[in-house]
Amino acid sequence: MIKEYKTIKEIASPLMIVDNVSGVTYDELAELELPNGEVRRCKVLEVEGDKAVVQLFESAQGINLAQSKVRFLGHPLELAVSEDMLGRVFNGMGAPIDGGPEILADAHMDINGLPMNPAARAYPAEFIQTGVSAIDGLNTLVRGQKLPIFSGSGLPHAALAAQIARQAKVLGDNEKFAVVFAAVGITFEESEYFINSFRETGAIDRTVIFSNLANDPAVERISTPRMALTAAEYLAFEKDMQVLVIITDITNYAEALREVSAAKKEVPGRRGYPGYMYTDLATMYERAGRRQGKNGSITMIPILSMPEDDKTHPIPDLTGYITEGQIILSRELHRKGIVPPVDVLPSLSRLKDKGTGEGKTREDHAPTMNQLFAAYSRGKDAKELMTILGEAALSDDDKLFAKFADEFEQRYVSQGNETDRSIFETLDLGWDLLRILPRTELKRIKPEMIAKYMDGQDAAKAE
Amino acid sequence: MSGTVTKVSGPLVVATGMADANISDVVRVGKQRLIGEILNMTGDSASIQVYEETSGLGPGAEVETTGMPMSVELGPGMLDNIYDGIQRPLPEIKSLAGDTITRGVDVPALNREKKWEFTPVAKEGDKVVAGDVLGTVQETSTILHKIMVPNGVSGTVKSITAGTFTVVETVAVVEDEAGASHELTMMQKWPVRVARPYVQKYNPSRPMNSGQRIIDTMFPIAKGGTAAIPGPFGSGKTVVQHQLAKWSDVDIVVYIGCGERGNEMTDVLMEFPELKDPRNGEPLMKRTVLIANTSDMPVAAREASIYTGITIAEYFRDMGYDVAILADSTSRWAEALREMSGRLEEMPGEEGYPAYLASRIAQFYERAGVVQCLGSDDRQGSVTAIGAVSPPGGDISEPVSQATMRIVKVFWSLDSSLAYARHFPAINWLTSYSLYLDTLRPWYTTEFGQEYMENREKAMHILQEESELNEIVRLVGIDALSPSDRLTMETAKSLREDFLQQNAFSDDDAYSSYGKQFKLLDLILRYDTYCRDALDRGADMKAMFAIDAREEVGRAKVADPEKYAEIYNEIDIKMKEQIEKVVEESAEE
Repeated sequence: MIKEYKTIKEIASPLMIVDNVSGVTYDELAELELPNGEVRRCKVLEVEGDKAVVQLFESAQGINLAQSKVRFLGHPLELAVSEDMLGRVFNGMGAPIDGGPEILADAHMDINGLPMNPAARAYPAEFIQTGVSAIDGLNTLVRGQKLPIFSGSGLPHAALAAQIARQAKVLGDNEKFAVVFAAVGITFEESEYFINSFRETGAIDRTVIFSNLANDPAVERISTPRMALTAAEYLAFEKDMQVLVIITDITNYAEALREVSAAKKEVPGRRGYPGYMYTDLATMYERAGRRQGKNGSITMIPILSMPEDDKTHPIPDLTGYITEGQIILSRELHRKGIVPPVDVLPSLSRLKDKGTGEGKTREDHAPTMNQLFAAYSRGKDAKELMTILGEAALSDDDKLFAKFADEFEQRYVSQGNETDRSIFETLDLGWDLLRILPRTELKRIKPEMIAKYMDGQDAAKAE
Repeated sequence: MSGTVTKVSGPLVVATGMADANISDVVRVGKQRLIGEILNMTGDSASIQVYEETSGLGPGAEVETTGMPMSVELGPGMLDNIYDGIQRPLPEIKSLAGDTITRGVDVPALNREKKWEFTPVAKEGDKVVAGDVLGTVQETSTILHKIMVPNGVSGTVKSITAGTFTVVETVAVVEDEAGASHELTMMQKWPVRVARPYVQKYNPSRPMNSGQRIIDTMFPIAKGGTAAIPGPFGSGKTVVQHQLAKWSDVDIVVYIGCGERGNEMTDVLMEFPELKDPRNGEPLMKRTVLIANTSDMPVAAREASIYTGITIAEYFRDMGYDVAILADSTSRWAEALREMSGRLEEMPGEEGYPAYLASRIAQFYERAGVVQCLGSDDRQGSVTAIGAVSPPGGDISEPVSQATMRIVKVFWSLDSSLAYARHFPAINWLTSYSLYLDTLRPWYTTEFGQEYMENREKAMHILQEESELNEIVRLVGIDALSPSDRLTMETAKSLREDFLQQNAFSDDDAYSSYGKQFKLLDLILRYDTYCRDALDRGADMKAMFAIDAREEVGRAKVADPEKYAEIYNEIDIKMKEQIEKVVEESAEE
């Protein structure tokens, strides 16, 4: 028997205090019924004696303290999951908004999930070919990884994310693949861009979309990514699918978190974000992964726009400490017309070593990757020196490195959003670029390998 | 005796009716019997930090105190195991609860069924005091677990039995002076927040060999010392920690994954059993205890994980072993402190961290050291504490980094610009320091002669000079430098690329013995000496920079660990010949 309380004492959006309650528990879901019959959802943030602090997921507009009723439902926020979710669109709270029928639930899952036992994780090791050289060759993505895209306002992160979603495949594999897309506080246009891109390639039938747009309630954004991840967990670990989760934009999520924290009058951490933001983000990001004995996997690509392109801002900073690397987009490259404008030097995939090499990609992958990084870094330094002192100040070697850096950006990184390069094309292109440099500078590659690939290629060309 | 919950706010629970409980007692909360610890008491109401998710808990739930402070179980079975922050074995949680960590799982830390072969050392009638070794258990192929008389017990051994026992069966009976007999098992319990006692602490005097060139040669750490590895994300903190865990010449490694990535712990779990200890060929996991409280696991247990780890480390130290404890990352632990402090509504200090942050950090590192253990055989053991620090935005002016720097003696400063250039380990040689150089100098001199430290100083000097010359190059170009300065730049480059850089993922380069490090550095410095000499004799600078032998120097670090000395000698001879040739050719022109 669910009790109804008409004892709302205070509302300071998004928080509400309900008095004289009993049997209410922490993190419980509740419903607020307005006098006109409208129902809004909320959850318990704190209980002290007979007083409950409740957070509203929607706006507080029109709530009448005396006549509205609160019902506590006895369970946390849950999502009804089933395979029929594929191809459907839901709002940020998990209700269908595409005009289709309600989901016939196969199960109801707590959207907060449970921490994965590190002893039960399977280490991500399968190479995912995204068809993007800057990622495949240098910042390799593997199944079960969480690799965010750090972007800024006005940068084409959506195009890159859509390209990855379109092209991602595991070499020589035909497993069930699904995309879960969470729009968190983004505009209608940006969301449409993704949906159209899924539609054009036919991917829409294996996509689940959770949409909380910029004009939807901000507090709802705290649940949206968790809804998406709950759906992803179901598809990956119950239905053995390879799930790619794209969440955009994490910055909006963090802002919603700050809003609730401020309303609760908590002691703020850096820039007003709550001190527990690291833990909070981690409980989301860490839901990516693989489990032993399960075929499915969750690979996550969260997108976040760095305020003022500042990587040390708390949102990208804390994200970078949790995720397994990051793909950073650069405004400078974007201005130069490099598409996608991936800044490869600060970008990083921590799991690349497990997903590359013989049997996964090719034996020369790791050494050429290191050599390309080192050479590009030196080439950029040389170019910097050139702008100060003029080309004449450079040594002959440095001139070659500067040339290498230019060619690298133009040919390797800038491939356009439509090109789908295989990993072998990417690796061969790398060798091609390394040929610009003097042989003695290729210290990071074993001589046998240079002989095999560089001279081997030369020999093949000569024939 | 039980109390009642009155307030729930995340991991903080307040309960009344707790007058009988003590501060720091472990309590069980609610029907699910969640594990918690009492932080504060006001009258009969206790503030409790709960180590598990409190969702679904409300006022009225029952709270029961165990009357015991937060303790760990110490005995055979810890090595080769992986625990969460409050010493629950994760593989057993997995077999009980599946892939995720459900709440209220109650598993003893040490397996109660497993039998161990106990070999007595003490005999009936022996007088024993706390810390004396009663007997031994071959816990893993490499580690002999010594069963010690627990603290507070001394007297005469009444009986002691050889055979196979579980950790809860009595192996010995000791009668104290008052005539009371103590039945001793192979397991003892110890409260984690209290340091284990020892007879006396000493100054560290031996280096801990890590096989990492920049650490062993440039910024060495002593056994029993303390070190911090601060760095922004992506600068390779975790790889450095893993390298230390793999290659350090200690007997036991306690690795704490504190609020870090789940996949990283899985990596350790999968990789360590495969890796062989370079000293005895046994799997590294056989000497390792893992504590994993990943970032998605409850935050309060993260706070406890550091103490669980150091207590286990101290226990092995008490057996007379050298132990290294690696904590990745202490910043996450500090954040857990901050979160609990915020929920307790304490007055915040800097950046919201509690005012007691610095003293807690100091207390942790102070539990490291070289000690004479309890017991009558005068054995020595050591705990070396190495903590990673993750400063927000890489800015070490923040409270956790600052409080850590005040207490640790070695500072390996990671630098993201080095990491971008793929210079690994990305330890900056200009900003790092080691305060053990003077205490360790005698050791290096005895083992390798004075040259070792002299070479180190020479190399540091060249690197320092390079950074100054770089400023000039940036202003006026490299051609403005004198040939001798150009040579300094060349040698520095060689030092950076051929010595300091070390590939953790290359089989031949991941571990470098002292001998190899010494010879390699010597080889690079010899090049400098030969060239300087040749410059004086009018040799062409560019020709000397381009000699073939330098390519071999570049590959010298991956030389076979068995044959490096010969290979380096050969390179040395070639180098000398080729430089002589340049001198001759320059003279002819």
